[in-house]
Formats: sequence, C-alpha cells, structure tokens
Amino acid sequence: MGAKMVEFNGWDMPVEYPAAIGCGIINEHMAVRTGVGIFDVSHMGDIRLAGPQALAAVQHISMNDASKLAIGQAQYSALLYPEGTFVDDVIVHRLAEDEYLLVINAGTREKDFSWVRENTRQFDCAVENLSDDFTQIAIQGPKAVNLLQKLTDADLNAVKFYWVTRGNLCGLPNILMGRTGYTAEDGFEVYIPADEATSARVWYEVLAAGKEFGAVPCGLGARNTLRLEGRLPLYGHEISDTINVWEAGLDRFCKMEKTAFIGRAALGKARAADLKRTLVGLEMTERGIARDGYKVLDNGGREIGYVTSGSPAPFLKKNIALAYVPPELGAVGSTVKVEIRGQGTAALVVPTPFYKRPKKAA
Amino acid sequence: MAYPTDRKYTKEHEWIQVNGNSAAIGITDYAQQSLGDIVFVETPKVGTELVAGKTFGTVESVKAVSDLFAPASGTVTEVNGALATSPENVNKDAHGSWMVKIRLKNTAELNALLSAADYEKFVAEEAGH
Repeated sequence: MGAKMVEFNGWDMPVEYPAAIGCGIINEHMAVRTGVGIFDVSHMGDIRLAGPQALAAVQHISMNDASKLAIGQAQYSALLYPEGTFVDDVIVHRLAEDEYLLVINAGTREKDFSWVRENTRQFDCAVENLSDDFTQIAIQGPKAVNLLQKLTDADLNAVKFYWVTRGNLCGLPNILMGRTGYTAEDGFEVYIPADEATSARVWYEVLAAGKEFGAVPCGLGARNTLRLEGRLPLYGHEISDTINVWEAGLDRFCKMEKTAFIGRAALGKARAADLKRTLVGLEMTERGIARDGYKVLDNGGREIGYVTSGSPAPFLKKNIALAYVPPELGAVGSTVKVEIRGQGTAALVVPTPFYKRPKKAA
Repeated sequence: MAYPTDRKYTKEHEWIQVNGNSAAIGITDYAQQSLGDIVFVETPKVGTELVAGKTFGTVESVKAVSDLFAPASGTVTEVNGALATSPENVNKDAHGSWMVKIRLKNTAELNALLSAADYEKFVAEEAGH
C-alpha cells in the first residue's frame, strides 16, 4: 500500500502509510481517536497452554491472578524473572475451561516461548507456540465495534472490554475476536488463519467495511504515539529485564496474595525497601521534543534519570514522555529538565495516563 | 516531480535560492515526504555564521530528528518565524517554506551544488526507481 517500511524485531513493518491515501502518523493517530484505524499486528506472538493443570501453569508464570478469569475473559499481566523484573508483558485470555492463550510481544517470541515451556514442565499442560498460525489484525477506535459488526454474526455489543468471543468473520468460521488493544481506545483484535490469501482478503475487506467510518491503515508510528498517550508500556522501554514491577508502576496487575508465582519473593523484598526510581509522565513546557533515551535533569542541571519513551502526542497536541526518576523528585507538579541537544529544557511531571478515552453514553 | 529551476540543491535535500548577495534556504519536497509530518523546526538566531556542509539546525518529524546542512556559508539575516507555530507548512509547501535567509560569504560555493535536473536524477536514484 506504499507504506514506509522499517525493520522491527526481525519483521518488515509499516511505520506509516502514505499521505496520498490520507495517512501519515498524525492522521492515523487521529483516526483511531475519533473513528477507527486498522493495524496488522501479526508480529505479536501467541502461546497456548491447554490441559488439566493449565491454570496452575499460568498462575506460576504470570503475576496477575488468572483464577479470576471466567471463560472468555482476558487480563493484562506480565511474566517475571525470579528477580521480579520483566520477561515480557502479556495479555492472558481464558479460551475454555482449561485453555489459555498468551499474546506476547514480537521481539520476545522465542524467549517467551522457551521461558513458558521451561517453567511449566512440572504441570500437566501442553504448551504450543501458535505465533505463525495466526494473522492478527487490530481494529481500534470508537467506531471499531460498528465496523467489525458489519463483518461478523457474533453479537459484539455483548462483548465487554477485555472479553473475547468467537464467530464467523468475513466468511471464516469460529474466529477468535478479543475486545483488546494497545491504543487506549475501544477496539478488537481478531485472529485469522495466517495464509497469505486469507490474510490479504480479510485486510482489504476490513478496510472497505471501514470506509464509511473514515478507517485508515495504521503503522508502528501511530501505534507508538497512541500507546504512549495511554501510558501503555513498551518492552525494552518502560519494562525490561532490569526493571521491576514496582518501579514500572504496574502494581495493580500484580497479585501478591495469589498462589506463588515466579518473582513474588523478590518483589516482596523490593516492596519493603525504598523505591530507587519510579516511572513518571512528563509534559514539555518549553519548546522541544523529549525522545527515548534523553537525560532527565533536576532544575540545577544534575542528571537524575532518563526518558524511556518520548514523542509529540498528536491528539493531546503536546510533547510528552515517560521517564524514570527518583520518587522524591517525581511528584506530580514537580519541574524537571530534559536534555535536548545539550540544552536542559523545562518539563512538568503530570499524571498518567496522559489520555483516557471518554466514557460512552449508556 | 519537476524541481523549481530558480534554485540549487544539495544531496542532503536542502535547496538554496539566491537573490544577489542573499539567499533563502529550505528543504525539498522529497525531504518533507521522507520525513512525514513535521512537528518542529529548530533554526539558528539572526547573526549566526553558517558554514557550508555543516549542520545549522534540525527538523523533527513525529518519529525522528534530522539535521539541516548549510548549502553555503553566510550570516543569518532572517528566520522564518511562522515555522515555530506552523511547522506543517513545510509539508504543505516545502519549496515555498524558507527556513533561514543568509548573506552569502562566497558565491563560488554555489557552483558545487546540484541543478534542478541533477537533483531530480539524484532523488530518482535514491528512491530506487
């Protein structure tokens, strides 16, 4: 479709689609916030755990409490190392009585699959890597449900956020569709057979069905600005194998009181100790764009931390960033500086998420 | 596209339009297309000395920071203030959006630059056509 392509974790992916078809990062971002945008996210990985002890296996490796999931329900979680740091973040879906689907990041596919297999050997549970079996398409935005309903017989209004359903999609039977996403908007992610012909057909049918809602194809550029506005972490930036759950501020997805999981002991010790750094939201108050890796300085010009992700925010029309700083310097309302091309540039610590989607009228 | 013949071009995708001893500098349509939505233009203050081939500012898209390279040496006499509030003007009309005007130091430097026809050829090769 004439997109600008880039290599991303071994995948050839679109950064943005051409201005000539109404795209570009800003237009794509705005389409998702006001209408609907379509992403090919097949680079994401899929691991299935199935068997009599599938729940026990998931509980052992995942920090959130999967025992709370009804059939058809999903939750955001993470796989942790014994140190309480991140192997990856993940969405855990309960597909059936004893069947769970973990959707993981592209760059960590092999690492995650090995990790999951190695650490669940003791459970009566089959672990399968289904990543190459599915093409995953994300349909995101306030009009996503309207678009998708045109293509499926499943009653999407009955599917609450973070629940899944199965139904006919573009003539394909029994397709898994989850009301999930990475854009801080309503939306769905659908999993269809990965063969080229099917994938292409469904992609173009989705785009065609979305025309009346202003749907545009969206690339990695918009994917990043959308998730940043919503304070959604990106592996390798806000979360990594050297950052723990408390530093990343993902406490509410970590159920310390559930059955033991890898990383819990270390997290218990870490919670008792003082936090050395915390993830905060920054808004630039002087002209300049904070970007990944830029240093954060205190008002005296001393280095106190770094930017994990920074970019212009197309919807908010501000330059925003997430950064790690010492907790005592990161209270909301504090001022700091971001070093941009050698110059300390003023920024304000603001609450996150930077953007929250409006509540739909009942 | 046919690049305007009233100016010269660099391999870093700047253009320079000469008017006597003075010149206006901007980036080409190819540059703005490659960059995508431009959100920030950083230019030097009036009075700054530009050196041919050296960086003199930056232009930022949503995703990336790109250096601006001086096509010729000279002193900055004017800066386009509109680009501070409306950087997207560069996307809309790259050849009409000058960034700085300079008083040329050495007009002979212009001889090393590309004509519109040469630049078109250069861009076609870069784009892999």
